[in-house]
Amino acid sequence: MRFRLLQKSDGVGKKPQRTDGILAVLETDGPAPSRKRRLIKDLAARRFLFGLTLVPGLLVFVMLFGLFWKARAILAVKPLGRLLLGTTWKPSQGEFGMLAFLAGTLAVTVVAMVIAVPISLLTAVTLSEYAPRRMRHAARPMVDLLAGLPSVVYGVWGVLVIVPFVERLASMLGVSSSGYSILAGGIVLAIMVFPTIIHVSLEVFSSVSKDLRDAALSLGANRWEVAKKVVLRKSRQGIIAAVVLGLSRAFGETMAVLMVVGNIPRVPKSLFDPGYPLPALLANNYGEMMSVPLYDSALMLAALILMLVVLTFNVAARMILIRAERTAG
Amino acid sequence: MEGFRTHISIQNLNVNHGSRRILKDITLDIPDRRITVIVGPSGCGKTTLLKSLNRLLDPSEGLRVHGRILVDGENIYSPDVEVTHIRRKMGLLSQKPQVLPMSIFDNVAFAPRIHGLREKKTLARTVEHYLKLAGLWEEVKDRLATPASELSVGQQQRLCLARGLAAEPGIILGDEPTSALDPQSSKHVEQRLIDLKSDYTVVVVTHILRQAKRIADYIVFLYLGEVVEHGPAEKVFERPRDPRTRAYLTGEIS
Ligand SMILES: Nc1ncnc2c1ncn2[C@@H]1O[C@H](COP(=O)(O)OP(=O)(O)O)[C@@H](O)[C@H]1O
Ligand SMILES: [Mg+2]
Repeated sequence: MRFRLLQKSDGVGKKPQRTDGILAVLETDGPAPSRKRRLIKDLAARRFLFGLTLVPGLLVFVMLFGLFWKARAILAVKPLGRLLLGTTWKPSQGEFGMLAFLAGTLAVTVVAMVIAVPISLLTAVTLSEYAPRRMRHAARPMVDLLAGLPSVVYGVWGVLVIVPFVERLASMLGVSSSGYSILAGGIVLAIMVFPTIIHVSLEVFSSVSKDLRDAALSLGANRWEVAKKVVLRKSRQGIIAAVVLGLSRAFGETMAVLMVVGNIPRVPKSLFDPGYPLPALLANNYGEMMSVPLYDSALMLAALILMLVVLTFNVAARMILIRAERTAG
Repeated sequence: MEGFRTHISIQNLNVNHGSRRILKDITLDIPDRRITVIVGPSGCGKTTLLKSLNRLLDPSEGLRVHGRILVDGENIYSPDVEVTHIRRKMGLLSQKPQVLPMSIFDNVAFAPRIHGLREKKTLARTVEHYLKLAGLWEEVKDRLATPASELSVGQQQRLCLARGLAAEPGIILGDEPTSALDPQSSKHVEQRLIDLKSDYTVVVVTHILRQAKRIADYIVFLYLGEVVEHGPAEKVFERPRDPRTRAYLTGEIS
């Protein structure tokens, strides 16, 4: 079918011909076999590239399925509700209550977002609305660099700076704490989430047109009013997406948090209590899980939950962004 | 200038971008309560001239402004002048209507609110008044709370007019304000501008000569960053002095 079409357009002209989805550049004065070979190559490349783009999507499903497969063993003997809401985690005694880990993850994530969202949004507004052009251009690569730093670097820095800081803060408030705590985890995580939120927000802010800003300025608005009432408002959906993307990073982040959060499987009661987030559980126990029955299955279930949550966040964020782009147009 | 009182006085205005001269030594008086139309081929600096009146030229883009512009006798480029105060004096219509991301009501209430009007009843009356003045009230009075972006483009431009008027300016600036509109809406906006000139000084940029002929009291012909000719509309249209104006009017340069 395709081939016939191509032959039909043989010698038609020098213009690119569009034939059901294939853009074929035809050169009237080339030898026919080479032309044909190029077209076939083009077709093959397309097929191959299309196949490649399927790989990541397929991988996600393979992983989800694999995790589910492994988690089946524990789901067969324990109801999901007991697993998720149980507070006792004693694998050697066959107790796999994960509430402490879920609560730990949730607590650290919430603390991180409470710190990160206002600070990074203000930073993004400052950079996009107030900072001189040159500073904005210098700041962007720096923000992206921060996003690319290995997580263990943040972890080491957290141990050296944040943990002692939290310990001192706790003793000032009359609470006893080693410093390895939900708060320390939240702070380190917040710092890691900044670049994500700042980057996406800057992107969204810069899509607000100069003409729209001018329109508000011409009404006598000052920069802050333009930022608050026009730019932020126009970017609402994009900001939500930025925050959700940040959230999904915070939720899944392992190394840095693991290093500062204390890793004690108890439901945390205060900011200064240690916690034990899900990713840390997985990372810490990978080696020993083989010897205890059902242990590996429980960990796979934890991984499955983690993956599902992060996936949901990501998909939601992308969808919001796509919708924002459509309505912005 | 016969019969005209000056509202805006542009004196030796130069706008540069690096070494490029976008506006060259412009000296021009814009008459009070008349429609002044700036014509000229595209790229000649019409938008830049209009924005310079409103101090919307952004120094961070490398645009440098020299010279003086007196509005009501006050030099708007003097360092101690407050820029929001200057901008408030002029409502701006842009090429594509720029509605703010909020409801119809909030768009019109935008300027009154930021300038301190809080009282609900007064605000509602203000919004109604300016929507009527812009000829939009009848079409939107039942859906003031819907997002402004849901209006048609023509309605949006009139909303922008109402919104600008609500800032209580003395001057209306329009940068090809009908270029994105259908003929019907264009007529509508043109007619509004004509109605408004008894109370406002109107400065409109256009590259449509016929539109200029329809609405202009005073004409400014801008060419390659220079004011080539300016004067009362009928004079410039009937007896252009400069050969370049003549060429432009006959369509030889566009
Ligand atoms: N922000 C800017 N930076 C650099 N050049 C500009 C800028 N604004 C306008 N110009 C230049 O100034 C000239 C006049 O532009 P403009 O005022 O938009 O013309 P018009 O509105 O008459 O089409 C153009 O050549 C344009 O490239
Ligand atoms: Mg223009």
